[in-house]
Amino acid sequence: MELLHALFFDYTLRTVALGAGALGAVAGALGSFAVLRRQSLLGDAISHAALPGIVLAFMLTGSRATPVLVLGAALAGWVGTLFVLAIVRRSRIPEDAALGIVLSVFFGLGLVLLTFVQRSPTAAQAGLETFLFGQAATLLEQDVLLIAGVGSIALVALALGWKEFKLLSFDPDFGRSMGLPMTRIDVALTTLLVVAIVLGLQTVGVVLMSAMVVAPAAAARQWTDSLGLMVVLAGALGAGAGVAGTLVSSMGRGIPTGPTIVLAASIFVGVSLLVAPGRGLVAGRLRLRRVRQQVREGESEP
Amino acid sequence: MRPDPDGGAPPLAIEVNDLTVAYREQPVLWDVDVSFRQGALTAIVGPNGAGKTTLIRAILGLVPLAAGMVRILGRAPEDARTEVAYVPQRGSVDWDFPTSVLDLVLMGTYGRLGWFRRPGAAERDRAGEALEKVGMEAFAERQISQLSGGQQQRVFLARALVQDARIYLMDEPFQGVDARTETAIVEVLRELRARGNTVIVVHHALQTVAEYFDEVVLLNVRRIASGPVEEAFTDENLRLAYGGRVPFLRSAG
Repeated sequence: MELLHALFFDYTLRTVALGAGALGAVAGALGSFAVLRRQSLLGDAISHAALPGIVLAFMLTGSRATPVLVLGAALAGWVGTLFVLAIVRRSRIPEDAALGIVLSVFFGLGLVLLTFVQRSPTAAQAGLETFLFGQAATLLEQDVLLIAGVGSIALVALALGWKEFKLLSFDPDFGRSMGLPMTRIDVALTTLLVVAIVLGLQTVGVVLMSAMVVAPAAAARQWTDSLGLMVVLAGALGAGAGVAGTLVSSMGRGIPTGPTIVLAASIFVGVSLLVAPGRGLVAGRLRLRRVRQQVREGESEP
Repeated sequence: MRPDPDGGAPPLAIEVNDLTVAYREQPVLWDVDVSFRQGALTAIVGPNGAGKTTLIRAILGLVPLAAGMVRILGRAPEDARTEVAYVPQRGSVDWDFPTSVLDLVLMGTYGRLGWFRRPGAAERDRAGEALEKVGMEAFAERQISQLSGGQQQRVFLARALVQDARIYLMDEPFQGVDARTETAIVEVLRELRARGNTVIVVHHALQTVAEYFDEVVLLNVRRIASGPVEEAFTDENLRLAYGGRVPFLRSAG
């Protein structure tokens, strides 16, 4: 009760909860496509690749304003993705290895730049390292507006390209055979994923952000066999994890918000894997038992 | 109706000239010249690794050509994409994808719908008719993960039918299907031919070639032979295509 009261009347808590909820919704919805296309690792590569972009954006502009850093993160994340695609296309290195290479190279570069900037005498760089694990408490109202605004645009774009994105995820060769520009559609969907990830970096951090892409979608997949429902449900679960994680972390000092949000999303996955009807483990066990029983009864008949 | 460039005979459905396709440095198709007559049912046969799938993927523009040229109805392939329907191998997609049979079939309409437009009532009707033709109308709302192999194949066929094309390219539609599905596919092939369409099928069962098809292309990286079944589908050509390892010679008859 007290928590709910605080959610509505505590300005800071309300701001953070709204921001975390919005980023969870956008990451969950777009993450559904990443999960269905078996590109869950791509989210991890994008978010890690964003780190050097954040630090470089700061070094070039001297500004720590969120839009500047987010733009740097988006560019770096996007370049990292292009690297992955280029490596896969032009070499014999398989996709998972290419993702690993880009992830570690970009993240390493980001850490080097971060260390370098932190050695500099000015204090202006203070706080850049919070992008590693995120610091939700630094969310301002304008940051929330940015997340909600850009996130809404991404979701509208997702709805507009719905049938193309669905075709891309299910059978891209068939789309190409009909003359649809599947490569460009792929770039568009990946760009939306980059946007979703970058929006969450300030809150959840580069290390854990990919969980917000994968976990709500993986949980939602357990409950439904419809792509539309899955995307909506993943968005709702992502938003729920964002708000729940914020509330829990507000209950005690020293509970970090980003990791708590990710834990909340992970709990959704665990529960869904267990109890979802049809796909859940419990449902599967029950089905097996029923079949065994039927077989046994069948055998005992004369 | 359609302006005819030659003035006389109708243009070939598909013409392939000097086609070479290579994966890495290994050629999969070498200098293949072959043409497909309009209104015929043509089988592409050959041993594993002969490049049968690659040939139809090259015609569809899905693999880069190392050399050669493809013409569809006398036009550049890019200008004829809506004239060609495609039935890929069943195993090429994830059947656990969250979608229904009807939704999958509707994907065949996407090529002509244009950006941002969703399939509407007209498209749904056509998808329903296509499902009826393959005997799957009762499964429209079914989840695709619940289909058997033969049902998956018939749904793929229905998706190609709603493309409403003049040329149909099918990759191993008879592979591992039940008898009922095989009958349904053959009926659809004959109906397509009766309406003047061209159908090209990658086929592996040599014993049914003469029964199902008008023409045959024997392929083993190179084109071994092609033409009407009674002329090209000879024991000698089969030995040439399969080496000494002809799986079984056609039953005498």
